Amino acid sequence: MNQSKVIRYLFRYVALLYLLLLLIIPVGLILWRTFEPGIGAFFASIGTPAAISALQLSLLVVAIVVPLNVLFGVPTALVLARNKFRGKNLLQAAIDLPFAVSPVVVGVALILLWGSAGLFGFVENGLGVKIIFAFPAIVLASIFVTVPFVIREVEPVLHELGTDQEEAAATLGSSWWQTFWRITLPSIRWGLTYGIVLTVARTLGEFGAVLMVSSNLPGKSQTLTLLVSNRHAAGQEYGAYAIATLLMTVAVLVLVVQVILDARRVGAAK
Amino acid sequence: MTVGLEPNPEATRPDTVGAGGRRKGSSYGTTSLRVGAASIWISVIVLLPLAAILWQSAGGGWGAFVDAVTYPSAVASFKVTLTISLGVAIVNTFFGLLVAWVLTRDDFVGKRLVDAIIDLPFALPTIVASLVMLALYGNNSPLGIHVQHTRWGVGVALLFVTLPFVVRSVQPVLLELDREVEEAAASLGANNWTIFRAVILPALLPSLLSGAGLAFSRAVGEFGSVVLIGGGIPGETQVSSQWIATLLEYNDRTSAAAISIVLLVVSFLILFVLRFVGGRAAKREQLAP
Repeated sequence: MNQSKVIRYLFRYVALLYLLLLLIIPVGLILWRTFEPGIGAFFASIGTPAAISALQLSLLVVAIVVPLNVLFGVPTALVLARNKFRGKNLLQAAIDLPFAVSPVVVGVALILLWGSAGLFGFVENGLGVKIIFAFPAIVLASIFVTVPFVIREVEPVLHELGTDQEEAAATLGSSWWQTFWRITLPSIRWGLTYGIVLTVARTLGEFGAVLMVSSNLPGKSQTLTLLVSNRHAAGQEYGAYAIATLLMTVAVLVLVVQVILDARRVGAAK
Repeated sequence: MTVGLEPNPEATRPDTVGAGGRRKGSSYGTTSLRVGAASIWISVIVLLPLAAILWQSAGGGWGAFVDAVTYPSAVASFKVTLTISLGVAIVNTFFGLLVAWVLTRDDFVGKRLVDAIIDLPFALPTIVASLVMLALYGNNSPLGIHVQHTRWGVGVALLFVTLPFVVRSVQPVLLELDREVEEAAASLGANNWTIFRAVILPALLPSLLSGAGLAFSRAVGEFGSVVLIGGGIPGETQVSSQWIATLLEYNDRTSAAAISIVLLVVSFLILFVLRFVGGRAAKREQLAP
């Protein structure tokens, strides 16, 4: 299909105008408003005690969510890529569920399961472990929304890899742990890396699900995203912009990693 | 595939015992152990919480479910959610196709950068998306567009968060499309519009539908990006996820569970249809020589 020059320019500029109005100008505007009063004001705003404690809480959640997702995600991906078993389709569908569930529904689900009046209410009532409106619920909500990432990034790599090398290693007498450590893990490292990057970004950025299950107390149970919303509600427009810019930096880093890994993948294919 | 030549490698592999005295972890016992661990993990994290919603709703009985779903605020929120999501899906299908087209068929300075930032709405936290939209389209808008607390505001926020879906589902298909078919059609005298309608569009249709369906599904459940710009005015900008949050504030768990079930069913139906469409497209591809 040979487009005339007019049509080509028309398409190009309409598409760019749409992206400009929807994406580029709004994001640029936030950045401009954040850095207009100077870089000092930005650091002062993200350095307040409330902001520091929100950052610490968010990072603590990441520090728990990422290892759990790796520890359970990699074996799950292995089982999905290597084994045939009854109910495999069901498990596959269940893993994709978090992508389809509204964050608010995640919150409702966790409250109805772990809350004091919930199905597993005995944990709070009997064992005295407060989950909902406490730290464990923030972790549970974050794991719910991030559970597919590691599995879905690692599984296709395992499929492509095949089992030849692993079988060769086994024939040569290596234990399953040696095989995993020396053969499987090095092969999946980039998929795993990207899965972890996505998990970190989503954990830092999750809002709806965390809002529903957190008590949202400044300095105690307020994550970075909750702080953005609280500052905005309190009329601290600039403070909200500053934290938003901090979170946006994480998002941009994710995109950079994605571009790098895509380039590697294309390079490997050649 | 060389399936015919070598039978099942699992069956022919000798049961060698490794130096460490352990067999490679594919014996029957280990497999079921790993399947069990994976199933328990997914169940505790994902399935049990969702089952708790069903349990709560079942506890209230059918009458309570119907009451919750037909309550005027609930019906209003469904209408707002579904109409705006549908509009957003249609607009982003059109512009998503256009953007994907320009990114694959055109060449200009900065194309790779544009290609990379398309994913920004996926990477950005929803509350930041809300703030970002508010900056340009809220009351401090430098453009003088004030859509805060209107349906248009909700729509703009949803356009933002669902932008990548259609682009990213159409782009690889456009890239793989056989240009020779288009050239053949052109040499037979077809004009551009005919080529697009008869050659390109049919090939793109499954991916267009899938992108639109994912965008719609995401829009229906969206919460974070619409709270600030929408404001949650009942019957006007209050989407269903906001209505659920309101119900929970009043501690009406059974109604919250009922509305959640409706949202879940909508999402699952879309995913189911998409799997069906995707499966058929894959089959057609397999049948093609």
